[in-house]
Amino acid sequence: MPDQSHAITAEGLTRSFGDRRALDGVDLAVPTGTVLGLLGPNGAGKTTTVRVLATLLLPDGGTARVAGHDVVREPDAVRRRIGLSGQYAAVDEKLTGRENLYLVARLYGMRRAAARRRADELLARFRLEEFADRPSGSFSGGTRRRLDLAGALVAPPPVVVLDEPTTGLDPRGRADTWESVRELVAEGTTVLLTTQYLEEADQLADAVCVIDRGRVVARGTAAELKARVGGERLSVVVPDPDHRVTAHAVLAALGPHTPEAGERGLLSVATDDGPAALEQVLPRLRAAGVALGEVTLAPPTLDDAFLALTGRTGTVAEQADESTEAAGDGGPGRDAPASGGAPSAAGAGPRPAPSGTAPRHAAPVGAPPPTTNGTPGPGRHAHRPRRSRAAGRGAGDQR
Amino acid sequence: MTALALAGRDAGIIAWRNLLNLGRTPGSVIAALVQPLMFVLLLAYVFGGSLGGDDYRVYLMGGIFAQAVTFNAAFTALGLANDMHKGLVDRFRSLPTPRSSVVLGRTLSDLTMSTVTLTVTALCGLLVGWRTDAPAHHVLLGFVVILLFAFAMSWVGATIGLTARSVEVAQSAGLIWLFPVTFVSSAFVSPTAMPGPLRTVAEWNPVSATATAARRLFGNVPPAGLGPGDAWPVRNALPYSLLCTAVITAVFMALAVRRYRRITRG
Repeated sequence: MPDQSHAITAEGLTRSFGDRRALDGVDLAVPTGTVLGLLGPNGAGKTTTVRVLATLLLPDGGTARVAGHDVVREPDAVRRRIGLSGQYAAVDEKLTGRENLYLVARLYGMRRAAARRRADELLARFRLEEFADRPSGSFSGGTRRRLDLAGALVAPPPVVVLDEPTTGLDPRGRADTWESVRELVAEGTTVLLTTQYLEEADQLADAVCVIDRGRVVARGTAAELKARVGGERLSVVVPDPDHRVTAHAVLAALGPHTPEAGERGLLSVATDDGPAALEQVLPRLRAAGVALGEVTLAPPTLDDAFLALTGRTGTVAEQADESTEAAGDGGPGRDAPASGGAPSAAGAGPRPAPSGTAPRHAAPVGAPPPTTNGTPGPGRHAHRPRRSRAAGRGAGDQR
Repeated sequence: MTALALAGRDAGIIAWRNLLNLGRTPGSVIAALVQPLMFVLLLAYVFGGSLGGDDYRVYLMGGIFAQAVTFNAAFTALGLANDMHKGLVDRFRSLPTPRSSVVLGRTLSDLTMSTVTLTVTALCGLLVGWRTDAPAHHVLLGFVVILLFAFAMSWVGATIGLTARSVEVAQSAGLIWLFPVTFVSSAFVSPTAMPGPLRTVAEWNPVSATATAARRLFGNVPPAGLGPGDAWPVRNALPYSLLCTAVITAVFMALAVRRYRRITRG
C-alpha cells in the first residue's frame, strides 16, 4: 500500500549472507521531510539496510518502498528518487571534483550544458570550488566525503540515504556534513542516516531506530530513548585505587542499579532520583574516608540509552567477539559493552558539546586501568576497542 | 529514449570517463603497449632465426596482432575489478543508468585501447620487416577482424573482472588464461607440429582463426613448415573467426551483465 506520508517504509526486511543473518526482520517508517537516524554497532545491519533501500542489494524477504516505489519491483523509479552517499566515498580518484560531478549528472540523463551547470552549482554549495580542477585522489578524507555527498544530490532527490556520513571525519568535516544535512532537511528532503555516533543522531535525527543483529531493538525520539534509560547518572572520580572498592560498595548500596567503572577511577551509577542519591552518597563516602576527585550528576545521554537497550540482551557483546576484524573501526557501541555490558560514563563534567563526543570507556572494577585517555572526537576513538575488550574479558563476572 | 539508446549513450559517457582515467595513468598505458612490442622483438629475433628468418618476420605479425588484442582482455578485467572494489560500481548502480552501460562502457574504452595497441604494434612490425602488398581494403578488413575479436575477448575479461573477489585475483586470473589461449594456436608456430589433441585445440582456437584470417587478408604467406594445416576452421578462417567473435561476445556479454546485476558485496 503506497503511503504518501512516508518517504521510506520497510516491512520485515530479511537478508542473509551465507549463515549470517544480516537483516532479521527490519521495519522502518520515515515520514516525508524528516530525518531518521539508524543507530547501531558495526555488523548490526545498517549498511545492509541502506543497500537494500538504494536498490544495490535484493532482500531475501520483506518489502521496502522509497518515495512510493517498491525497491524490488521498480528499482529504476527508486534510483531516480534516491541519493546515496556510501560509507566509503565513491569518487573517481583520477577525475577532478568537477568531472566527478559532471559524470554523475550525465548518468542522471542531463545534457552536457545542464550537467556542467549542475556540477558548478554543487561545487559552490559544498565549498569545493578550490578543488574543482584537482584530481580527487589528492583530496583529504573530509573533502572526498563532501564530494561524494554532492554526488548524491545531483538529481536533486527527494530521499537521501547517508551511510555513516561522518565516520573518519575531523570535527570540522563533521560540522560541515551536519550543516549540509540540515540544509537538505530545510529544503524538504527526507533523510535516512546511519551512524555509530549517538551524538550525531541526537543532533540531526527527528527519530531514532536502534538496530542490533539485524533487528530494530528500540525506536523513538532521542528524548524518548533517554527517558527509557531512567534518571540522572551519578559519577564520581576516585583517584586512589585503594578507595575504589569501598566507593563501589557505597554506590551499589543505592540500588537497584549496578555501578560501572570507567577509566582513571571513574565510577558511575544510574539513579532513579539523582539529587536524592547525591545527598545520600556524599556523606557516606566521606564517612568511609574516600577521597573524591570529581562528582557529576548528568542526564542520561543517547549513549547510555543505546548501551542499556542493546546491552540488556547481551547481543552487542557477543557480536564484538564474533567479528574481531570489524572491531578495528568500532565506535562507542562496540567497546563499552564488551568491557562492562552496561552503561558507564567517562564524560564527567558538562555533557559533550556539538563539536565532539566525549568517548565513553567502561572498564570493570579491578581490571587493569586502560592506558588510553578519553580524547574527544569519534574519529580518534576508532583505535581502541581491542584494548578495552581485553580488559573486559578479565572481569567477565562483572556482567 | 529507448532502452538500447539509453544504454549506448550512458556507455559512451562511462567510456569517456575510462579513457580520461587511462590518459591520467600513463604508466598502465605504456605497460599495455610494451607487452606486444616485447613479443614482437622476442619472436622476431630470438625465435625468428630458427623459424624462417626474414620470411618469418613478415608472417609473424598476424599472430602478434591476435595475441596483443587478446591480452587486452586483462585490462578489462582489472579495470572493472578496480571500479567494483573502490565503490564506484556502487555509485553507478545507484544511478538510473541501464545495468549494461557500465560494462559496455568499459569494453568500448578497451576497444579504443586495442586500436592504439594495434597501431603501435603495426608500426613496430613495419620496423622489423612486416610487409603487406594486399589491396588497402583487405588490409583494413584484416584489422577490423582483429578489432572485432578484441571486443569479444574484452567481454571475457569483463566476466572475470566482475567475478573476482578482489583486484589481485582479477589481475592474476585475468592474465593467466591468456598464455595457453594465445600459445596453443597457430599465432606463432604450426599446429601440425603439435601432438594430436593439442593440434586439434590449436586448429579450432579462435586466436588461430583470427591470426590466419588476418594473414590471408594481409597477403602474408607462411614460411616452409609453418603452415596452419588444413582443418576446416583453418580453411574457413575468416568466417570461423567471425563466428567465434559473435558467439563469444553474445555468451560473455550475457554472463558479464548478469554478474553485474547480481553483485551483492556486503
